Amino acid sequence: MSEKPKIAFYWCASCGGCEESIVDLAEDILEVAKLVEIVLWPVAMDFKRKDIEALADGEIVATMINGAIRTSEQEEMAHLLRRKSRVLIAYGSCAHTGGIPSLANQFSRSELMKYVYHDAPSVDNPESIEPVSAYQSATLPVFRDVVRSLDQVVSVDYTLPGCAPNPALVLAAVRALLSGDLPPKGSVLAPDVSLCDACPRIGSKPTELSIEAFKRAHLHPIDPDQCLLAQGFACLGPATRSGCGERCIRANMPCTGCFGPLSSVRDQGAKALSALTSAIGADSEDEIDRALDGIPDPVGTFYRYGLAKSMLRRKVDLATTTKN
Amino acid sequence: MPNVFEPRILAFFCNWCTYTAADLAGVSRMKYAPTTRVVRVMCSGRVDPQFVLSAFAKGADGVLIGGCHPGDCHYLEGNTKFLRRFRMLKRMLADLGIEPERLRLEWISASEGDRLRTVVNEMTEQIRALGPLHMPAHFKEWDTEVLVEDLSHDREEEVGERV
Repeated sequence: MSEKPKIAFYWCASCGGCEESIVDLAEDILEVAKLVEIVLWPVAMDFKRKDIEALADGEIVATMINGAIRTSEQEEMAHLLRRKSRVLIAYGSCAHTGGIPSLANQFSRSELMKYVYHDAPSVDNPESIEPVSAYQSATLPVFRDVVRSLDQVVSVDYTLPGCAPNPALVLAAVRALLSGDLPPKGSVLAPDVSLCDACPRIGSKPTELSIEAFKRAHLHPIDPDQCLLAQGFACLGPATRSGCGERCIRANMPCTGCFGPLSSVRDQGAKALSALTSAIGADSEDEIDRALDGIPDPVGTFYRYGLAKSMLRRKVDLATTTKN
Repeated sequence: MPNVFEPRILAFFCNWCTYTAADLAGVSRMKYAPTTRVVRVMCSGRVDPQFVLSAFAKGADGVLIGGCHPGDCHYLEGNTKFLRRFRMLKRMLADLGIEPERLRLEWISASEGDRLRTVVNEMTEQIRALGPLHMPAHFKEWDTEVLVEDLSHDREEEVGERV
């Protein structure tokens, strides 16, 4: 047993979809399981933190961490696994760029607590109880002010992008790891071309787009063959890395950007904003503004998976709580 | 000297109109607030929203973009393309807590040195009233809650050796 390379999986602020994507390897997971020894996988196996602490530094060949970093516990585990692992892989959008959880970077901790424990329509909390990080002898992880991507907390060697990463890329990455045939450190393990490049509808994308007004996908019928941008839907294909298998496009939905930016782009939202709005077919301020009304939530549209890694990282005027 | 806050405004001026206007203001010896750092671009259409965000993130208190009047673009519609981005960028920055006065787009032709002076003075006053944006200090403050290891450390060799 012990000569097999050790692999660990861990989850932080995530939904569980990334774990699902590992299970989605289907029979291929048996091939992987034969070749490696899994030393940590909280969703599926009963190993504890002390088991990891007992390992020598660098004893784990590769660790894949999904989820963003929001709590002190997630941060500690990221540091522990970084120390114990030779290769650390940010797995999925949340670990890569902050993901959906990092949209919470538009709100302060007290605003979030107020909504989640008091104001949300589904809440029943007559005694107005809010979580505390210490009560009598019990302690809970501290909820940080800011949601971070994994590489904003520890150094990351590779990234598997996507919400969730697609099984073909995962399998290719695992095979590369086991064979030692690895790309340069820091690589995102997906093609460095935009989604449009691989899009099955590329033939219907006009050379010069002219969008009269942006449309919201749930309010208008979508032609299943035509370029989504040509139809006026805010498709983030031009500013998003390909490699996902164009799953959304094939399901007749516009790209929402989960594979993150290309290597030449520093801020995915800014680039997506630039690509989409430049294509508006209006010249006057009023007409442009009217066309833009179809994107009522620009932060949620352009930074859906990447607010943590955006240049501003967070709504700039939010309060911070005192250090814990 | 009283301790007044001098805003730092990063300005992107198009080569054909606004940059020439700034030149004209200079040779005409017009006096205006020394708050802008000018970057000459070939066209306002060259200004990527990333430039604007990067300026704020690196400590600018305001960003001013100057281009040719509509219809006068040397490249036909570069200024219009930027206008479209600008209208959305304004909305997005408002949602991210950046006051609208900190980002400004002006059409200033090569002969309007005086207009340039007015715009820079006006913007300087508006931003002075708002105070500094201080993004680098914000980043530092936000990160006091976590232990951030030295991420600049390059692990490349180690990875190569260990695997």
